[in-house]
Amino acid sequence: MTNLQSLEFFIPELILTITILAALITDLFVKKSKTNMIGWVLGVGLVVVGLSVHNLSSVPPTTLFLDMIVIDPFSSFMKIVIILSTLLVIVASWVNDELEKYRKGEYFTIMGIMVMGLFLMTSSVDIIMLYISIEVVSIMSFVLAAYLKLDTRSNEAGLKYVIYGAFSSGVMLFGLSIVYGLAGSTNYFAIQDTLSSLDGSANPALIMALLMIFAGFGYKISSVPFHFWTPDVYEGSPSTITAYLSVAPKAAGFAMIIRFFHQVFSDSIGLTSNAIGSTDLPWPEIIGVLAVVTMTMGNLVAIQQKSIKRMLAYSSIAHAGYMMLALPVLSMEAVESVMIYLFIYVFMNLGAFFIVIFVKNKTGGESFEDFEGLGWKMPIVGAFMTLFMLSLTGLPPTAGFVGKLYIFKTLVGAGSEFLWLVVAGGVNSVISLYYYFHVVKVMFLGGKRSDVITYPPSTMFGLMIFTAVPSLLLGLYWNPLASWVKDSLVFYTQVM
Amino acid sequence: MENILSLLIWIPILGAIVVAFLPRDKDNLIRYTSAAVTGLQFVIAIVLWRKFDPSDGSMQFMERYEWIPSLNISYILGVDGLSLPMVLLTGMLFFIGVFVSWNIKKAVKGYFSLYLLLDAGVVGVFLSLDFFLFYIFWEVMLLPMYFLIGMWGGPQREYAAIKFFLYTLFGSVLMLIGILGLYFTCGKTFDILLIMERAPEALNGVLWWGMSAAKVIWVLVFIGFAIKVPVFPFHTWLPLAHVEAPTAISVLLAGILLKLGVYGIIRVNYGIMPNEVYWFAGGLAFLGLVNVIWGGLCALAQTDLKKLVAYSSINHMGYSLLGMAAVVAAGAMNGGDLKAAQAGLSGAVFQMFNHGTISAMLFILVGVVYERAHHRDIDGFGGLASQMPVYTGITALAFFAGLGLPGFSGFVSEAMCFIGAFPVFRTIVILSTIGILLNAAYFLWAFQRVFFGKLNEKYKDMEEINGLELFTVIPLAVITLFFGIYPGPYLDLIKATMDQIIEKVAFVATYAAL
Repeated sequence: MTNLQSLEFFIPELILTITILAALITDLFVKKSKTNMIGWVLGVGLVVVGLSVHNLSSVPPTTLFLDMIVIDPFSSFMKIVIILSTLLVIVASWVNDELEKYRKGEYFTIMGIMVMGLFLMTSSVDIIMLYISIEVVSIMSFVLAAYLKLDTRSNEAGLKYVIYGAFSSGVMLFGLSIVYGLAGSTNYFAIQDTLSSLDGSANPALIMALLMIFAGFGYKISSVPFHFWTPDVYEGSPSTITAYLSVAPKAAGFAMIIRFFHQVFSDSIGLTSNAIGSTDLPWPEIIGVLAVVTMTMGNLVAIQQKSIKRMLAYSSIAHAGYMMLALPVLSMEAVESVMIYLFIYVFMNLGAFFIVIFVKNKTGGESFEDFEGLGWKMPIVGAFMTLFMLSLTGLPPTAGFVGKLYIFKTLVGAGSEFLWLVVAGGVNSVISLYYYFHVVKVMFLGGKRSDVITYPPSTMFGLMIFTAVPSLLLGLYWNPLASWVKDSLVFYTQVM
Repeated sequence: MENILSLLIWIPILGAIVVAFLPRDKDNLIRYTSAAVTGLQFVIAIVLWRKFDPSDGSMQFMERYEWIPSLNISYILGVDGLSLPMVLLTGMLFFIGVFVSWNIKKAVKGYFSLYLLLDAGVVGVFLSLDFFLFYIFWEVMLLPMYFLIGMWGGPQREYAAIKFFLYTLFGSVLMLIGILGLYFTCGKTFDILLIMERAPEALNGVLWWGMSAAKVIWVLVFIGFAIKVPVFPFHTWLPLAHVEAPTAISVLLAGILLKLGVYGIIRVNYGIMPNEVYWFAGGLAFLGLVNVIWGGLCALAQTDLKKLVAYSSINHMGYSLLGMAAVVAAGAMNGGDLKAAQAGLSGAVFQMFNHGTISAMLFILVGVVYERAHHRDIDGFGGLASQMPVYTGITALAFFAGLGLPGFSGFVSEAMCFIGAFPVFRTIVILSTIGILLNAAYFLWAFQRVFFGKLNEKYKDMEEINGLELFTVIPLAVITLFFGIYPGPYLDLIKATMDQIIEKVAFVATYAAL
């Protein structure tokens, strides 16, 4: 589709651009104490964007801007996930006391730009576009991570993030350039075409390209061994940004990986087909091992943490591992399970972070000691936190179980060569129970009991409800979600 | 009364919610509400029993609703001769348990809310006939149990609670993999009855890791249940959890929660993969032997009265395992001895019920003395018989029931297990009779140390067992005595269902022989 024709299908992004500009301009006219208003501007804009994404989700899949990006139900789904998490984080930012010292205008504006990048990540089908979108997201994340400029740890987080980010995207760019060299095109479909007809002589180059590209992707979803930035960045960033980084870029990252592997190196048959299959390396096993190592490492290190925020950082590495379990299969069913997992993960993970934010507002800390006896002091918060921990562990009847069930189901159904992944995933859930319930333990079993009962303020309470209800209900009845995901399971593919 | 089974599950859930919203300082209101809820559940269970047709071995009072059609998950409930006695036992013990927990002072509201949730989970496991539902209830039990042990338990409660949780979760994860395996091989359904029908053929020749998938699934699911039973070597969580848990929770843990394991093995392993029972029966009998001997020896070595009772549970569940293994006597290669299979399996199921009543009684009685003395050290008492004659009498009765004295129900079921297993596992049965000896030894020795001898001066003002406590023990004692003298009604209730299971196991053997 030509550029002009494309605009009509690019309305969500256009509205988003206008929103970002509006946010930027509004910021000029409001006092520092009123900068929450920029959040309103962005929030309302995002709701409109969400509606227009929804409107477009029924148009037949097509490419825009001369095969630069696609619009298909899969990307629409991911965009809605991103919008949902952004909205929740915007509301949380209003009540996050860490940010009180600063103007929030740029904060919200940058978040808006990041959404733009995330949108493009989910839908690009051109390696140039892919790279640009990743960079947009990364640079915005660097700034947001370092947003607490008076706090040295936040600065450290930003700086570390920059170094890791620059390095890994450089490596990825190198990988992409090899792909370009092999295929002579930047378009996914053209590359797929050329690569699948290569003879074995190009294998070394192809393997190198794959590894390098995976370094970039792995960095984005914080997979081992590209995860080292995660704990420090997550700990140093403002809690709202930590929450955001653990959800939205991860969703977009998975969307990008799935699309890339699906449409460049292989196809819906899995990681043994097409170009990736011709390299004669056991890719499903390699990715499987990475997934297992990722979640095991995340879980084992999470056990030793003293700060709940840092513990959640490692737990988010572990969750990336669970989702990666489905990648070796890469059937439509596997993609479906990742989508369901991501959607559920947004609620349970954000919920847990919101409680950390709330407790930090109250007690000024985020270590386990700050949570001691909390269950008696703030029964509602304690109950919600227990629910989120249950859900993150993946115990029924919470939503987290449904997510794991889908992943495990995919693996068992894919045949006995993937069974070891299920066993590894299962054992890991048991390990994760230990540290998730450490939180519950200090909240209810330990600490002095004091009967001065406090309840969260209404905004915080609303946020908790909004994350807790799906975390529970989707574990009992997820038919609507399942059918929505099923409908969204359509990729744009080139008609040969 | 159409949805009588749903009522059994949903009444305690509603009760839990209601209790959670009662004012927190009205402790008595909370207790009475919980008593009313569990009482109502017990009454419904009795009504169910009266309406149940014992001559029909298949599922009765079935309920079936669509739930998640995209994964073929439905809400299916049903009851048969295997689950009905367990439902009755659950109803009774949870009702009694409310009175046992009457003196809980700390956070009464939370306690009873979780207690009722636990109740719902247990009944749900016994009644559900859809694997997804089954698994949900199976796991729903864990959280209340974690809190009930961890918050209201003894000094080491936190460690005991998380150990219990981790152990059980590990088992259930393996079980989940097994369930998913069945889901895919049996045509993508979680319906247990449908899987029962399809599994023997569907699993035929399917390989996992180069092994027969059926065997792998058998073992995966078995480990999940074995941890609950608990079968040696998965038993280490049990003494700890029992000792640390408050009295009422120990009662329920021993009385019902352990039965879930045996129930699960019979329902799932036997019902779905009868063919593999032959392959594993020897191992099962051997594990039964180990349980009997190990549990007995450990009980003998205890100085803590509650720990002794806890190990006696391991010892007693061993007999049940032995009886279950006897089912293979029905196979053609073992001589097709249907009588032995019947004796063994019915014995195992009967033993499960009897242990439920007897161990409940024992734990309540240990709780009575702990309440007064604040310790449970067996050697720390002495001569209590002269101070508390009524308590001594009823404890003597419970101990005799526990050691399997003729005239008590435990004797009947243990004898049945031995008789059933004897033709097939002769050596193992002979060896496991040593367990009876150990059994008598630890109970009698403990009894002697606590009640006979010179009265310990510290306890010369010890209060006699009171009315509320008697009220919780007497019904259990009556049941134990009644079934010891006349086990007929129980065995008639389960016979048709047992026959059906045995028939299936026997049929598979002839089928395989062809």
